Amino acid sequence: MAQSSKMLQIKQDVTEAFLADRALPKGAAWANDARADALARVREMGLPHGRDEYWKFTKPDSLVQLDAPKAALFHNDEGPLWADVDSLKIVFVDGVFDADASDVFALEGLKIERLADVADKDIHWAKDLYGVLETRGQDAVQRPLAALNTAFATDGVVIHVTGKTRKPVNLVYLHKSETSDATLHHCIKLEEGAEMTLLETGPAAARFNKSLEVEVADRAKFHHVRVQGRDHERRAVTGIFTRLGTESAFKSFTLTMNGVLTRNECVIELTGDDAIAHVAGACVGDGKDFHHDDTVFITHDAVNCESRQVFKKVLRNGATGVFQGKILVKKDAQKTDGYQISQSLLLDDDSQFLAKPELEIYADDVICSHGSTTGAIDEDAMFYLQSRGVPKAEATDLLVLAFLAEALEEIEDETLAEGILERLEGWLARRAR
Amino acid sequence: MLEIKDLHVKLEEEDKQILKGVNLTVEPGKVHAIMGPNGSGKSTLSYVLSGKGGYEVTGGSASLDGEELLDMEAEERAAAGLFLAFQYPVEIPGVGNMTFLRTAVNAQRKARGEEEMSAGEFLKVIRAKAKTLKIDAEMLKRPVNVGFSGGEKKRNEILQMAMLEPKMCILDETDSGLDVDAMKLVSEGVNALRDEGRGFLVITHYQRLLDHIKPDVVHIMADGRIVKTGGPELALEVENNGYADILAEVA
Repeated sequence: MAQSSKMLQIKQDVTEAFLADRALPKGAAWANDARADALARVREMGLPHGRDEYWKFTKPDSLVQLDAPKAALFHNDEGPLWADVDSLKIVFVDGVFDADASDVFALEGLKIERLADVADKDIHWAKDLYGVLETRGQDAVQRPLAALNTAFATDGVVIHVTGKTRKPVNLVYLHKSETSDATLHHCIKLEEGAEMTLLETGPAAARFNKSLEVEVADRAKFHHVRVQGRDHERRAVTGIFTRLGTESAFKSFTLTMNGVLTRNECVIELTGDDAIAHVAGACVGDGKDFHHDDTVFITHDAVNCESRQVFKKVLRNGATGVFQGKILVKKDAQKTDGYQISQSLLLDDDSQFLAKPELEIYADDVICSHGSTTGAIDEDAMFYLQSRGVPKAEATDLLVLAFLAEALEEIEDETLAEGILERLEGWLARRAR
Repeated sequence: MLEIKDLHVKLEEEDKQILKGVNLTVEPGKVHAIMGPNGSGKSTLSYVLSGKGGYEVTGGSASLDGEELLDMEAEERAAAGLFLAFQYPVEIPGVGNMTFLRTAVNAQRKARGEEEMSAGEFLKVIRAKAKTLKIDAEMLKRPVNVGFSGGEKKRNEILQMAMLEPKMCILDETDSGLDVDAMKLVSEGVNALRDEGRGFLVITHYQRLLDHIKPDVVHIMADGRIVKTGGPELALEVENNGYADILAEVA
């Protein structure tokens, strides 16, 4: 639907006001070009507005206002996540790289650099990835905040994976300033047959805009497990843009706990035959100040590919969850196997789940299924548990974890999955006090 | 042990009286059976005693060892020693059978101020008890009742009963959906739990379950009341002549 000229004017005004005092970072010619192109995209699209088709359920106002709204730091007594997992740790504090807290960038099978360095190099492979997949992701649905990220990001990790890595790269996002407005942009290129696992954890910043572009070559495998949590007042908009080659695999899982606004976009293109893409999310939200949005777009553009979306949200005390997921199967993408499920468990009448599942299929020999449900705790299961002596609160927690189990099963690594489960149990336990 | 006095119950949602003055006392060590035609209120009685929602008690009382049951939450009744073996055990996807049982055992222990059972001790006990009920390790690992056959579900109920060691066991049509072998197995499980401190209330349509679990007292329930009470021979009378004669006799 065409937007009215008045709407366009409002969007343009908001966009120009936002951009007025921001200068593009300077670097090598290719980086300058990529940033200038991205800025042009932002201006053309305008920053998101509540009337935009994919922003109807999630108010973008606080993401496009000039300064980040203040976000208090929240403390709990939990130890670090995955403390027993051997990983290469890279720490960002409010979006700023912390060399002292980070490990040396040395890991067999891959090379890690910082975008801050790479963007100054006249010749670098990142030229063919930085902003490229993000641009492709703008094709069907406008994602101006991702273009904004490409235009203004000055740091992030740039990883070239050539072998099978033995331990994960662990990006830790610490949040120490109540007013931080952080932007990070990561580029990962997996060569043919390469494998890596990327972990991301932490509240990151008061307002966080993060992009991750991942090129997965033939027979390469990319695993991604992420936890967004802790601070109740933090805001984040994140985008994953990935393209998959023949027989490659992409698997991403996100756990979200707390956060006044989280918008996770994931744009996946299956361009090589027999590729697999799984994207899953579990979220637990408590209170009116929790709003979580998963917006996924998967394009099947090759034969015999499999995609799977599994999103589960537990919402209570007026929390809001959003799911907008689309599977697009192009004309020649025969034998596509697409699965999408989005479910919410509402623990009271004040919470809400808004879902927009979409299928658009042009091939004739495909299996695609999707389902979206909203429900309350099953009374029969509750009585069964209580009749065995399990108190209502404990029974609720048990049923909440049971509800989330299908999403957690998407995590292949057991140790990582156990860490996620512990975090969830901790979250539930803190609410039981 | 279990003392039900003049219990009146109606459905919460509609103005329909289901129990119209039930009087029943089960002594420790005794097995009481309740038989009766469909719709007589047998299952309602078991649900009301164990604390299921949707019912309104309009009169009377029910106590276990002197403790008033009807004021308690369902989990408190369980901790007080009441157990209901469900006619239709509930499937709970995502919750492992073992996790479920250990949570239940320890929740009851905690509520009674007893020490919780360690993982190791629990495993040892459950393995031994599962074995006698022919429940294999695979069944213990699976989600609660999910994909279980009718017989497996009922065996799982008895396993829970064996683990929780309640004072007062109510069996709601435990024989429904069981073939002869499964009924024998389940009955053996129940009989193994019979002792002088434990009471049983066995609800059934048919006398055949009572061939295996021999009752001390048999009650006939009809239209929300116990209309006749007698010895085991009463069950045989029902088996031979149906309910019609008895109901005509008390009418």
